[in-house]
Amino acid sequence: MTEKGPELVVSSPPFVRSGLSTPHVMREVILCALLVVAGAVWTFGIGALLTVAAATAGAVFAEWLATRGRKPSPLTDWSAALTGILLGLTLPPTMPLWMAFLGGAVGIGLGKSIWGGLGQNLFNPALVGRAFLQAAFPTAITTWAPPVNGAIWTVWQSQLALPFMRGEVDVMSGATPLGAMKFQAQPTGLEDLFLGNVSGSLGETSAALLLAIGLWMAVRRLYDWRLPLATLLSVALLSGLLHLANPAWPGPLFELLSGGLLFAAVFMVTDPVTSPTTPRGAWIFGAGVGALVVLIRTFGGLPEGVMYAILLMNALVPHIERFTQPKPFGAR
Amino acid sequence: MTRTFASLRHWRRDDRPGSFAHGIHPPEHKELTAHRPIERMPFVDALVLPLSQHIGAPSRAVVTVGDRVERGQLVAEPGGYVSVALHAPATGTIAAIERRLHPNGQLMDAIVLHVDSWATQRVLAADPVDPATLTEDQLVERIQRAGLVGLGGAAFPSHVKVKVPEGKRVRAVVINGAECEPYLTCDHRVMVERAAEVIRGTLILMDNVGARRAYIGVELNKPDAIAALERVAPPGVEVLGLPVKYPQGAEKHLIKAIFDREIPRGGLPIDLELVVNNVGTMAALADLFDRGQPLIERVITVSGPAIRHPKNLLVPIGTSLSAVIAHCGGLLPTVKQVVLGGPMMGQAQKSLDVPVLKGTSGVLCLDRVEITARREHPCIRCGRCVEACPMFLNPARLSRLVRYERAADLVASNLRACIECGSCSFVCPSGIPVVQYMRMGKAMVRAAEKAAS
Repeated sequence: MTEKGPELVVSSPPFVRSGLSTPHVMREVILCALLVVAGAVWTFGIGALLTVAAATAGAVFAEWLATRGRKPSPLTDWSAALTGILLGLTLPPTMPLWMAFLGGAVGIGLGKSIWGGLGQNLFNPALVGRAFLQAAFPTAITTWAPPVNGAIWTVWQSQLALPFMRGEVDVMSGATPLGAMKFQAQPTGLEDLFLGNVSGSLGETSAALLLAIGLWMAVRRLYDWRLPLATLLSVALLSGLLHLANPAWPGPLFELLSGGLLFAAVFMVTDPVTSPTTPRGAWIFGAGVGALVVLIRTFGGLPEGVMYAILLMNALVPHIERFTQPKPFGAR
Repeated sequence: MTRTFASLRHWRRDDRPGSFAHGIHPPEHKELTAHRPIERMPFVDALVLPLSQHIGAPSRAVVTVGDRVERGQLVAEPGGYVSVALHAPATGTIAAIERRLHPNGQLMDAIVLHVDSWATQRVLAADPVDPATLTEDQLVERIQRAGLVGLGGAAFPSHVKVKVPEGKRVRAVVINGAECEPYLTCDHRVMVERAAEVIRGTLILMDNVGARRAYIGVELNKPDAIAALERVAPPGVEVLGLPVKYPQGAEKHLIKAIFDREIPRGGLPIDLELVVNNVGTMAALADLFDRGQPLIERVITVSGPAIRHPKNLLVPIGTSLSAVIAHCGGLLPTVKQVVLGGPMMGQAQKSLDVPVLKGTSGVLCLDRVEITARREHPCIRCGRCVEACPMFLNPARLSRLVRYERAADLVASNLRACIECGSCSFVCPSGIPVVQYMRMGKAMVRAAEKAAS
C-alpha cells in the first residue's frame, strides 16, 4: 500500500480534447492565404510576393518588438504573420515595399499590441494597417497596375522606391472595375471579374479562386460560415434592390465579384477576434458589413467601401454581442 | 408566416426530437472494454469506506474499532434525510475509523475494514422482501438504509428521488443508459448482462412513484444493450435508441431528447412530472429487494491507453485504486494521469491509495495531459465554445467575467446554469481550461453572496 506509485499529474477536467489548436488554425488559414498569394503572383507578377513579404515582415517585427522577452513568444501562434499576409493582399501591386512594411508594423502596433495582444483588439489589425496607409499615402494606394497574367517575373519599379523618395513611375495606371464603374460608368465583363483578368489589389482579383478557397475553409471549419454568407447575401440583396430601383447602379453579380468583397468576406469578416462570438451576432455583423459595402460603393465618394464597412462594424461588435447572447437551456 | 418560422426552428441541425442542440462528439474509445464481460474482483486485505461518498450529509459510523462485521452488515447510518447508510462490503474486522485520503483530494473520515481471508463472503444479512408488501414510506426508508445512491457518477441518494414530493406527480420514469462519457462501458455491460434486473428495478420504481410508463434511453452505439433490454422489457417500458452525442446522459438533455421538452431553468425533472435514474441504480434496486443485498459493490470500467488489461470489474466498495489497477495488469510506463470517472467530468488522482466509491464509474489511465498552462493561448473569440455549450451559455464571455471577478455579471449571464460538462474546454482551440473558470466563477458568486448576506 505504501509503495511509491508513478508520478501522476493532477489537472482539471476534461481529460480529452478535440486536438484543435489556435496555432494550427492560424497555420491552416495562412496556407489558404498563400494560395491567394500564388494567384496574385500569376496575375501581377512576383512583385506581389515581395509586397506580401514586406507587409508580413513589418507585422512580425512589430509583434516581436511588443512581446519580446515573453515566454513562449506570441510569434509562435502565427497570428502576426497572418495579419501581415492579409494586409499585403489588400495592397495594390505597385505599392512601394517600405510602405507595405510600415503598414504591417502599424497594423500590429496600433491594431493589436496596444490593445493587449491576440484576442484583445476591437478592430481588424490588417485593416487598421491598410487604413493607415490609405490616410498616409493616398496616391500610392490608389495607383493600380493592369494584370500581367502569367508574366510572373514582373516587378514594378515603384515597388523598389526608397523610403520617402519618389519612386520611378513605370505604372500604366489602370482603373479597377469598381473605379471604372463609378467614375466612367464602364462595366467590366463578369467573365474577367470571375477569372481575375482585371486590375485591383493583390488578393482581390480572381473571384473563382477566392470562392474555391472560401468553400474549402468553410469545409475545414476554419471560420464561422455564417459571417461570409451573411455578408454576401446582404450585398446581393441590397444591391439587387438598388439595381431594380435604378438600373444605372450595378447589379448583384457585379457587386459580388468586383473589388475586395470576396477576399474580405473570406479573410477579413471572418476574423474571429473582431467578429461576434454569438451565432445571431454573426448574422447581424455580416449583414451590416454587406449593407455598408453597398451603401459606400453606391452613394459614397469612394469606389470601394469594404475596408471601412468592416472597421465600422468591428466597432459595433460589443454592442451586437450584448443583445445576441444565447438564451440558456430551459429559458426559451 | 408563423408556420414558416415554426418550421425554420425545427430546421436547425440536431434540434429535433431524439436529440438536443449543441454538444460535442469526442472520440468514444469504448471498444477497449465494450465487449468484455463483467469480471468479479477478488477481495483485497483492507477496504476503506469514507463516510462521505454521496451528495448530502456524511453517514454516521455505528461500529467501533475491533468490531466484527459480516458482509452486508450496516456499519454507518444515514446522517440526515439527504444521506444514506453504509455497509460492510466484506466480512472482517473494523481496523480503524480515521481520516483517509478521499478521491476529492481531502482527508476525510473513513471506516477501515480488514477483510477475513477465510470468510465465506456470503451476504448473511440478506433479507429479500417483496416491495409490493411495503408502504411508500417503508420502501423509501429501506432504500435509504440500503445505502443506495445514483450510480451514474453524482451519487445522489436514491430514496430522495423515489419519494414523490407533496403535491407533485410522476407521469413517467426515465432510465438513463446513455453512458455518453468516452471510455466508460460499465452501464453498457450492466444492460447487456443484467437486463432483467434493470427492468425489474425499473418496475419497482414505477410502482412506487405511480408512473405507468418508463423510457430507457440508450445511445445507439450500444445496439447489443438495446436488444438485450428490448427482449425483456414488458409493455409500458420503452427502450429508445438515442443519437451518439455528448452530454446525452445529462438528465436535462436526456429528457430533451426523449420528450423534446426543456426542464425550466433551475428546475428538476419532477417539474416535468418525470424522474430520472441510471440503469446501474435500477439493477442495484432489484438486488436490494430480490436478493436483500445493500449497495456494497458496483461495476466500474478500468480503461485507457496506459492500463495493461482494460476490464469491466465488479468491485467491492472501498477497494483501493492500486489494487484495482494491479488486478488489471498494472499501469504502463507511459502513464501520465489516473482519473476517477469519465474523461469529461472525472477527477484526476495524485495518489492511487484512494478507494473506489459508490459513485465511481471508471478508473482511466491516460498517457497524456491534454490541458496544461504551457499550451494555453489567449482566447481568440472564435465562438466554438458557444456552439458547443449544451446549456446555451457563452463560456468565452463567462470566463472573461471570471477573470475580471465580476460576480454580479456572472449571475446575470446565467453561470449557475452551467452543468460543468466540459464541452467548452473540449473544443477550445486555445487550450483554455474553461470549465475550471466556470467553477472558479461559481465559487466567486458564492463568496459574493455570503459577503452580501
